[in-house]
Formats: sequence, structure tokens, C-alpha cells
Amino acid sequence: MLRYISRRLLSILLSLFLIITATFFLMRAAPGGPFSGEKKLPPEIEKNLNEYYGLDRPWYEQYTDYLVSIAKWDFGPSFKYKGQTVNDLINEGFPVSFFLGMEALLLAVSLGILLGVIAALNHNKWQDYGAMIFAVLGISVPSFIMASLLQYVLAIKLGMFPVARWESLQHTVLPALALAATPMAFIARLTRSSMLEVLSNDYIRTAKAKGLSKGQITVKHAIRNALLPVVTYLGPLSAAVLTGSFVIEKIFGIPGLGSQFVLSISNRDYTTIMGVTVFYSILLLFSVLLVDIAYGLIDPRIKLAGGKKGE
Amino acid sequence: MKKRLSLLFSLMLVLSVFLAACGGFNKKESAGEKTGGEKKADVPQELRVNINTEPFSLHPGLANDSTSGTVLRQTFEGLTVIKDGKPKLAAAESYDVSDDLTTYTFKLRDAKWTNGDPVTAQDFEYAWKWALDPKNQSQYAYQLYYIKNGQAFNEGKAKAEDVGVKALDDKTLQVTLENPTPYFLELTAFYTYYPVNSKIAQKNPDWYKNAGPDYTSNGPFKMTTWEHNNKIVLEKNETYWDAKNVKLTKISMSMVNDPNTELSMFNNGELDWAGSPTGTLPTDALPQLKQEGKLHVQPIAGTYWLKFNTEKAPFNNVNIRKALAYAIDRKAIVENVTKGEQVPAMAAVPPTMFPENKEGYFKDNDVEKAKEYLKKGLEELGLKDVKQLPPITYSFNTSEAHAKIAQAIQDMWKKNLGIEVKLENAEWNVYIDKLHSGDYQVGRMGWLGDFNDPINFLELFRDKKGGNNDTNWENPKYKQLLIDSQKEKDPEKRKQMLKDAEAILMDELPVAPIYFYTQTWVQKDNLKGVELSGLGDVQFKWAYFE
Repeated sequence: MLRYISRRLLSILLSLFLIITATFFLMRAAPGGPFSGEKKLPPEIEKNLNEYYGLDRPWYEQYTDYLVSIAKWDFGPSFKYKGQTVNDLINEGFPVSFFLGMEALLLAVSLGILLGVIAALNHNKWQDYGAMIFAVLGISVPSFIMASLLQYVLAIKLGMFPVARWESLQHTVLPALALAATPMAFIARLTRSSMLEVLSNDYIRTAKAKGLSKGQITVKHAIRNALLPVVTYLGPLSAAVLTGSFVIEKIFGIPGLGSQFVLSISNRDYTTIMGVTVFYSILLLFSVLLVDIAYGLIDPRIKLAGGKKGE
Repeated sequence: MKKRLSLLFSLMLVLSVFLAACGGFNKKESAGEKTGGEKKADVPQELRVNINTEPFSLHPGLANDSTSGTVLRQTFEGLTVIKDGKPKLAAAESYDVSDDLTTYTFKLRDAKWTNGDPVTAQDFEYAWKWALDPKNQSQYAYQLYYIKNGQAFNEGKAKAEDVGVKALDDKTLQVTLENPTPYFLELTAFYTYYPVNSKIAQKNPDWYKNAGPDYTSNGPFKMTTWEHNNKIVLEKNETYWDAKNVKLTKISMSMVNDPNTELSMFNNGELDWAGSPTGTLPTDALPQLKQEGKLHVQPIAGTYWLKFNTEKAPFNNVNIRKALAYAIDRKAIVENVTKGEQVPAMAAVPPTMFPENKEGYFKDNDVEKAKEYLKKGLEELGLKDVKQLPPITYSFNTSEAHAKIAQAIQDMWKKNLGIEVKLENAEWNVYIDKLHSGDYQVGRMGWLGDFNDPINFLELFRDKKGGNNDTNWENPKYKQLLIDSQKEKDPEKRKQMLKDAEAILMDELPVAPIYFYTQTWVQKDNLKGVELSGLGDVQFKWAYFE
């Protein structure tokens, strides 16, 4: 297990290096720079700025310097927001995205699994159809439409929630619902189909024959096995949801990291682009690792490669 | 089975009660606000606006975007302020101008910073030199290049002592300019010319990064909260010299960067103002808002135009440029495409600066003349027929609004002149790079004035490599007129020189103007006294709720 994890950590490091390198050069290759705007700066001022931020130095110096400062977890100053460092931006934006993401994730997982289980237990009955119509809608309606719809119905028509902004708990409900809709529907479908498969297995019949109640069978035998595909999906999902969705953050005016990331690209805010990319990559790579480890815990049949028995 | 179902329903019930409870409080709150608003006696003087994004910097010397300007204009105050379109004395009590119009002596009034320090002439001197100091990386330092040796100091060719701004004593500021600058009192209202509390700034160089005791300002409002990327809260500054005329007690500025959400928030009573100049309204909603009589429209100093790359054939031919410019139906574009009550432009300088430019230098949609010019132009290029003209490429930065205008013009040129047009769009930074490097044929651009003077628009085309010219056009007579106008002391004569220059520009047409910008917004009916300048700036000092 330990060897497996250390090997995985090594490959994470390698992926990270490749991501940094590719982003660094792609970013520089894109036309325009952090100081180009509608009103062109006098050349002297632009030169002065480029010198200050080290943009006039040869690329290999900038590149190696950058690698060194990343290793120290120092992403440098933002080019656009004077007086803020990229570390500031991440430290301020990430908790917001994380909180919203957790809320959405909880909603998506709990309601998704609930719906999926109900649908599977009532296969081909109205509960099944109802849940699946709901799920198809959830998957096919894009999140920005869902967001506007929620704003219109729950905020403007019913006055239950504020339309947008990030102030109190009630401000978080609509964006969390909008963010949760698609993954919830997806989880419901995943749970349903794998539940159906599991329920037709022999060991379920054995459990029934033993005289276990339907509740015991569902919870102890069926759900545990049916959840594997959900866990697989959970890794990338949590990375995506926790780092923030640009669309949702933009529509609801949420000061998260997702909107920061997209804005930094159109601003050509080099240090912010790099910093957030590195931060995201680390999150994504680690969440995939965690999922793989979680596999082994949920299903003892899956042995992590590199374990004792594998050799 | 039934048991399980009822369990599910009760779960859902709990959830919905929870959701409803969350929302319920909110409703009560807003209902409370509404009843408060009905009582005429004490209308809460709290304004809620949206400023779209995080300001780049709230240091007057570092700010270089309109969002920062919107905030700074409320918290700081320059020597002058723009009211009713004219500069009025603000932090200055009086001023003298030397006969050659190059030396201004300002007498400051007794005013205080938010921490109680007096506002001194040294604060102005410090702030201007700070912005010009090359080590402070101010992108807007060039706004101060009008001051003697300002540019030289910024480029490292002169010392700070040589810069033409000097505090003669605590209350007297002497400014020496490079050239007579007839619009200098307009400039002193601009944020790069604001003072900075030199005592604080020297002690704490990071004073401007967050709200707090060190963030001192001298304007009608003080910043009490700055949650980055989320909101800014301003409160009335009780130490302000004119505090008795400031009625608003609080301004909340949220940063929601979505026009549809902004309008929804306004409709739901979460904002008192939606749209320009602080935020944006969704274009699609404009016709409906107009029909309901809610839309406010005001012209501003901005021109939307097409730039021709005058070094590329066929745009090196003036008659071809004329044909293209004359064959555009601007009225149709304004009425059917942009729908924001814009004014068709047949001149370069907006009517807010030259009122007679509502008419312009040529007729809108003059297809007959356009055809004549096209014929002449083709002959000069040695082409027999318009079909021999290779298709031209019209570039714009990716945006639905620009795309619609491009399609309309493509259609007009095809129908009126028989010219084939290809459309090409690119992301903003890529586009601006292409334009500045001359890698285009025809491209759209907008230009908004920084201060209220026609030179803002005309000087763009003074030098071929002027940085913002992009058209590669240069005309010696035009250039001379602009240079001479800078030294002319008589405002009437100066205006005539600028008009003559504009006439040359509109005869040679390196740019084809399309329309003059307007700003559109919706606001609470009982909000009065908001001061909007012709440049599209907002000042809330005199605003109040009735």
C-alpha cells in the first residue's frame, strides 16, 4: 500500500511538471500581454512594467525562476490586481468555492443516491419513471439555464431567496442547487442501473432466502456494492465542483476561484493563470488518488497494484 | 413499502421547510425595508449599486480602469470636480493662472482626511510625483505628462525635483505645465490627479491594499469594507468639508459580473440602480424596458468606428474608404441592431464635446454618392469592375453585439456596392494585438474620452505610429493643426483649429464612424441627484432618496 502510494505520488509530481510546462509556454504563445489594453500604453511605461515583472528576460530564466518559486508555494503578485498576490486570490477564492462545492456535493450525493435507490427498488413503477424523468431533465438542462430558472422562480416569483451575491447561508442555496442538479441526476442514474444489476445477483437471492428484511438487504448488501461506480464518478466530480464553476459563480456573483480563473485568462494575468492552474491540477490529481484508495476500502476484492499479493 | 414512502416524503418535507425557512427570513427583511421606504419622513439613505468586477486598484495613482474610477470618485476628491458638465472647485478654494497659461496656483480649502489629518498641498505633490515615479509602475502615469517634466521623470530622464508641481506652503500648490493646456481643470478632476495622505503612505506603503484605519481618503465617502471580488461598502465621511450636502449614509457596491443577474436583482429590490455607468444591462432587455418607460438614456463621449488599414489595398485609396463609409445605414443599425438609443455618427468627436456633430460631415446612408466614389476609386486602382475587387475582411473582437453590427454592415456593403465581405472574429487580446500591429483590413473599435475635450479623439490620428492610431494614416496639415491648437490661448480659435482638423479627418476617412455611445440604466424612481458626466462617470455626492 505504502509503495503504491509513493509511486502514485511520484507520477503526480511528473504530471504536475508537464502541466506547468505546457501552460507556461501556451500562455506565452497567446497574443496580447497583461498590459495590452484598448488604450495602448506609452512604450516607456510598458518597458518599465515588463522590466519590473521580469517579462523582458529570456524565457528560460523566467521559466526556471517560476519553477523554483512554485516549489516554495509562492505564485507571485497578480499583474492586474495591484497589491494582491496570487496566493491571496487563491486563499480568498478557494474557501468560497469549496464551501459552495461541499454544499452542492452533499445535495447531489444524498439526493442522487436516494432517488437512484428508490427508482431501482421500484423498477418499472411510477417512482422509477418519475425519478428518471427528473434525472433526464437534470442532465439535459444546462446549468446556466437551471440557474436562471431557479432565480426566476424561487427568488423573483416566490421571494424565498435573494437573486444573487455571497452574504449569508440563504444566499448559498440557489447556487448550490444549480450546481448540484446535473451531478445529482447523473448519480441517480448511475445508482439505479448498478442497483438493478446488483439486485439480480445470487447473493441477494441468498440473503432473501435467509429471511433478511428488505431494508437489511438493501442497505447491507445491495447499496454497498452498487456504490462503486458512484465512487468512481465522485473523484473528478468533487474536484470539478469544489474548485468552482465559472458559469454558476458568474451568474450568482460569487467571489470564488472558478470565476477568477476564467477572468485571469482574458486579463492575461500570467501569474494568476499559472497559480490557479497549478492549484487546480494538484486538487484534481489528489482527488483521483483518493478515489483509487477508497476503492480498496469499499471493495476488498480490488487490490491496489503494488500490494503484497500483487507480487 | 408505504412506510418507506412516507419516510421519503417526510424527509422532503423537512428539506422544504428548511429551504422555506431560509428564504422566509429574507422576505421579512425585504418587506421591512419596503415599509420603511413608504414612510416619507425617514427614507433610508442607503444606495445599492453593482460595479461588475473587482477594481484593479484603489490607489489613485495605480488605478487604470473604470471600476476603480467609480469607487475612487466617491472616496477621494481632486482639486476640481465635474458638475453639470463643467469643472467646479473642490479641494481647491481658488486658483490663479499665469498669462501664458502654463502656471496654475491653487489655494486649498481647509479639509481633512478621514483620520483627521489636514489635506495639504504636500499631499498633492507627493501623490503626483509618486504616480510619475517609474519605480511605482503606474500604468496611468501618462495622464500626468501635461505637467512640466512629468514625462521626463517617468522615463527616468529627469529628477523628481524637476517635476512642475510644488507645495509653496501647506495650502498653496503651484503647478507648471509643459504647454498651455486649456482643459487642465478638467484633468485635475481625474483620479490620477487625486491627492494621497502622504503621512500614512510614507509610513505604510501597503495602505491601499485593504480597507482599514490606514485607508484614508478626502472625499464625500469613506471605504469601510472591501471584500475582494465580493463587495465594497462606503459610508458617509463625517470629516468631509462639505458633509452637510452629502445625504447618503451608505453605498453598497456588489461585484456581480452578469447583466441578467444584475437586472433580476434590481427587479427583486436588491439593487437601486442597474446598468451604466457602474454596471451593465442585458441588450436583449432594452426594448422591453424602453416600452415600459423604465429605461434612462444619456449620450456619452464615445464613438464606435471602423478603422481602415490605409496601407493595405484597396483601403489606401481614399475614394474606396469614402464609398464604404457612405454606404452604411447608421440609422438602421442604431434602431434595429444596437437598440440602445445611440446616435448615428458622421463625425469623429461626440456631440457632448462638439454639439453640432449631431449632424456630421456627410449624409448617412448616401448610397448614390457611395457608388460614385466606388467607381472613381476602382478606376484609380485600375480595376474595371467591382467584381475584380478581392473580398475584404472585417475583423471584430468576439462578442454578440459586435457580430450583429458586422453582419449588418456586411449586408449593406454587399447590397449597396456589390462588395464581398468576410467576417473574422478573435478574442479581445488577440484582436487588439492584431489591430495594433496592423494585421487587419477593416476593424471595429470604440473610443471613450478620458476628459471632456475633443483632443481626446483627434490626437489618436496625429502620428502614424501613435500607439492607438492603428490606421497608419498621417496628414501633415492635420498634425500641424493639432500641434498649434495646443499652444493657442483663445478657446474659440482653438476650437476652430480642432474643427478644421476634424474636417480633414472626415474627408480622408481613415475611420468610418458608426455611432456615438449612450449609456442606459434603470433606477429606483425616488433616487435623485446622481451626477452623471458626459464622459460616463458617476458621482454620488449629491444623491439622495426622496
